[in-house]
Amino acid sequence: MARIESEIGTPQGGFMKWIDDRFPFTKTMQKHATEYYASKNFNFWYYFGVLAMVVLIIQLVTGIFLTMNYKPAAADAFASVEYIMRDVEWGWLIRYMHSTGASFFFIVVYLHMFRALLYGSHKKPRELIWIIGMLIFFAMMAEGFAGYLLPWGQMSYWGAQVIISLFGAIPVVGEALVEYIRGDYSISDITLNRFFALHVVVLPLALIALVFVHLVALHEVGSNNPDGVEIKEKKDANGIPLDGVAFHPYHTSKDLVAIVVFLMIFSFVLFFAPDLGGYFLEHANFEPANTMATPEHIAPVWYFTPYYAILRAVPNKLWGAILMGGSVLLPLFLPWLDRCRVKSIRYRGWIYKSALALFAISFLVLGWLGLQPATGLYVILARIFSVIYFGFFLLMPYYTSIDKTKPVPDRVVYHG
Amino acid sequence: MTEDDVDRNRRHFLAIATAVTGGAGIALAAIPFLSSLQPSARALALGAPVEVPVGSLEPGEMIRVIWRGRLVFVLRRDEEMLSRLVNVTDLLRDPDSAVVEQQPRYAVNEYRSIKPELLVVEGSCTHLGCAPLAEFQIGPDEDWFGGFFCPCHGSRFDLAGRVYKGVPAPTNLRIPPYRFIRDDVIMIGADTGAA
Amino acid sequence: MVNANRLAALFAALLTGATALAAGGAALEPAGNDVGNVQSLQRGARNFMNYCSGCHSAQYVRFNSIARDLHLSEEQVVENLMFNAEKSFETIQATMPAADAAHWFGQVPPDLSLMARAKGTDYVYNFLKGFYLDPDSPTGVDNLVLGGSSMPHVLWELQGFQSAVYHENESREQVFDHFEAATTGSLSAEDYDNFVRDTVNFLEYISEPARATRRALGVWVLMFLTVFLIITAMLKKQIWKDVS
Repeated sequence: MARIESEIGTPQGGFMKWIDDRFPFTKTMQKHATEYYASKNFNFWYYFGVLAMVVLIIQLVTGIFLTMNYKPAAADAFASVEYIMRDVEWGWLIRYMHSTGASFFFIVVYLHMFRALLYGSHKKPRELIWIIGMLIFFAMMAEGFAGYLLPWGQMSYWGAQVIISLFGAIPVVGEALVEYIRGDYSISDITLNRFFALHVVVLPLALIALVFVHLVALHEVGSNNPDGVEIKEKKDANGIPLDGVAFHPYHTSKDLVAIVVFLMIFSFVLFFAPDLGGYFLEHANFEPANTMATPEHIAPVWYFTPYYAILRAVPNKLWGAILMGGSVLLPLFLPWLDRCRVKSIRYRGWIYKSALALFAISFLVLGWLGLQPATGLYVILARIFSVIYFGFFLLMPYYTSIDKTKPVPDRVVYHG
Repeated sequence: MTEDDVDRNRRHFLAIATAVTGGAGIALAAIPFLSSLQPSARALALGAPVEVPVGSLEPGEMIRVIWRGRLVFVLRRDEEMLSRLVNVTDLLRDPDSAVVEQQPRYAVNEYRSIKPELLVVEGSCTHLGCAPLAEFQIGPDEDWFGGFFCPCHGSRFDLAGRVYKGVPAPTNLRIPPYRFIRDDVIMIGADTGAA
Repeated sequence: MVNANRLAALFAALLTGATALAAGGAALEPAGNDVGNVQSLQRGARNFMNYCSGCHSAQYVRFNSIARDLHLSEEQVVENLMFNAEKSFETIQATMPAADAAHWFGQVPPDLSLMARAKGTDYVYNFLKGFYLDPDSPTGVDNLVLGGSSMPHVLWELQGFQSAVYHENESREQVFDHFEAATTGSLSAEDYDNFVRDTVNFLEYISEPARATRRALGVWVLMFLTVFLIITAMLKKQIWKDVS
C-alpha cells in the first residue's frame, strides 16, 4: 500500500510561483507540515498541544468581541458584562465561550504538561521546549488572574485582594510592591484599568509570542512519542524517519478528529452547564463587588486551587507565599531533576510510576482542598499532600537514579 | 481501478466532505460574532423615537431636540415667515425638494413639513455637519429673507431648510421622519401612520 | 429532562461536602420551579411588579424582552406590568428612591436581576417563606434564611404571619424546629407556596434570559458536530490505512 506522497510539489508557474519567489510559502509548508515527520504512535496524551492552540484561538477571538462592549471602569464593568449578556446580539454566547474557554484552557494545559511527565518530553534535547512551556503556563496564570478581576464581581474583587496582598509578605519591599501593583491604596478603578490592559494587550501578545517560540523549539528537535524513542535515529534511504509520518496529512487529519471531540465536550458545557455548578462561573461573582462585605468563602478559581491549598497549609504568611511560589516554579527544573536515562514511563521502573501516580493524586487532592475552608482535617491533609507534591520534585534526583528501568526498544510500538 | 485509485478517490471525497462541512461550521460560527456588531437592545432603546410637545411653542420660537444623538430644530413659523418662502425660490439650489433622500415624501411641498407652521428639520449642515445658526430676521444682505446660516463655511438655508445656490452645502437640510401623535405633540423618528 | 447544571451542582456539592443550608441550620426546601413554564413566568412577572418592584429594581431587565420571552404583547406588558415606566424598552426600576430606602432600611434593597443566580432559587424560595414574628425586630419579623434581614414581610397579607418553634438539642441549644401559623392570610399554604414558586421562577428567568435559547442552540450544535465527527473520523481512517 503506497504511503501518501507529499501533495505539495514545488509550483512551477503562476500565482504560487510569484509568491514563492518572494516569500518562503511552499518551503515553509514543506518544512513544517508536509515534510515534517512525527512519530506514528501518538496516543490520547498527544492531542492536548493542538487542543491548547484551539482554545487559545477561541479565547483571542471571543476576547476581541468582548472588548468591543466591555467597559473597564469600576462603575461600569459589572453592568457592561450584563449588557453583553442581555442587550448585545449573541453577547451571552460570546461571554460563555470565553468563560468556558478559560477553564478548558487550564484543563487542556494541565493534561498537556502531564503528558510530558509520562513520556519524558522534558528531557534532553527538549529541555528548552519544556522551559518555554512553563513560561507559557506562568503567562496563562497571570492572564487568568488579570481576567478574573474584569467582571468586578464579589469574587473578582476579593480574590484579587487576597492574592495581591500576598506580595505584602515579601520583607522590606512588600507593602510598597503591593501598592505599586494596585496603583492605589486599595483595589480600585485604577487597578481594574491596568489589569484590563494586561489582560487584553500585554499577556495575549506574550502568549502568542511564547507559543510561536515553543513550536519553533519543538520543530527543531522533533516531537517525542509514547515510547520515548528518538525516531530521527532510524531513517530510510530518503532521510525520512522509519517511524515517522508526515505531519500533514497524517497528524492533521488525526488531530482534526480530536478537535471535533473536544468541541463536542466544550459545547456540551457551554450550552448546557456554563456555570458548571459554580466552578466555571462562581455564584458569588453574580453580585457586584462590595468593598464593605467579604463573601463567606473566598477561593480562587478552581485551576489555582492546588497552589492555594499549599499556600494555606503553611501557618506563616511569608513562608506560605514562598512555598506557593516554589510549587509553581519547581517544575521548571524538571529536566535536571529527572536523572533517569529512560524517557517513557513504559520503560521506567515502579518507583517513578508510583511517584508520578502519587504526584497526580496530590495535585488533584490539593485542588479539592483549596476549595474547602482551611480548618481541621482539611489543613492536615493539605500539609500531607503538599509534602508529597514537593517530594515528587525534590527527591526526584535520588529515586530516578536508582529506579530499575526496562530496555527501550529501537523502534516505536505501533498497533495500527 | 486499482485499490490505490479507490483509496485516493475515497480520500479525496472525504477531504472535500470535511472541507465543506468544516467550512459551513465556521461560517455558522461566525454569525453570532458578526451579529454582535449590530445595534444592541440598548442602542435601539436610546435611538427610539422622541416625543416632543409643541403646543406651547410661540410663533417664531424654535426649540432644539436630540434624537439619535443628532440635533433637530423644531420651529413654529408665523404667517409672515411663511410668506417669505416664495421670495427666495430663484436663489435656491433645490426649491422643490427634488433630492429624495433629504426629506420624507410628506415633506415634499413648499413648506417642507406636514403642517405649514411647524418646521421639523435636522440641525446638521449638509456640507460637513456643523450646527447652523438661527438667523430669522430679514437682511442686512438684500437676498437674505431669514433662515439658517452655517458659521463653518458660510452655507445658507431658508426658513424651510432649503439650500441657497453658490454655497458649499450641496443639498437641503434633512427633514427627519416624524408625525403628529396629537395636535400638540409630535414624535420624531417614526412616521408609520403619518398622513 | 436532565438538567446538566443541576447534575454538576449536585456532583460539586458531593465533592465539597456541602449541602445548601439556611442560616438557621435547616436544610433548604427545593423551590421546584420550572423555568420553561411560561404561564408560571407570567404570574411571576405580575407578582414581581406588584410586590417587589416598589423597593427592588431589576435594572438589567427590559420590559420588551419580558414581552418577547413570556409571549406577551407589548400592550399587555404596558397595561399590566409597567406602572412608572413609559416605554417598553425601559428597564425595571424601583419606585422607592434609593436615598430614602437607605435612610429607612439602613441599606438600599438589592437589585434582583441576578439574585437567583447569586444565591440560588432554593435560597430565594425559602427566604420568601421564611419570615417569622420577632417582636424585637424593627419590622416585626425576622427571616430564617437571612437572620437580621431588614426586609419586612411584604407578602404577609397572602401568607399571614407565622411563629418559629424551637426545640432543645443534645448540646442544650435552641434549634429551629418548625413554623406555626399565627394569623391566616388570603392564600392557603399550598397557594402561597405556588405564588412564591412563580415569583422565584420569574427571578430565575430574569437572571438568565438567554437560557432557553442557549439550550435549544446546544442541541443543534451537538448534532452538527456529531455529523462532522463521523466525516472526519472516516477521513482519518482512510488516510492512516497504509500506516503499519
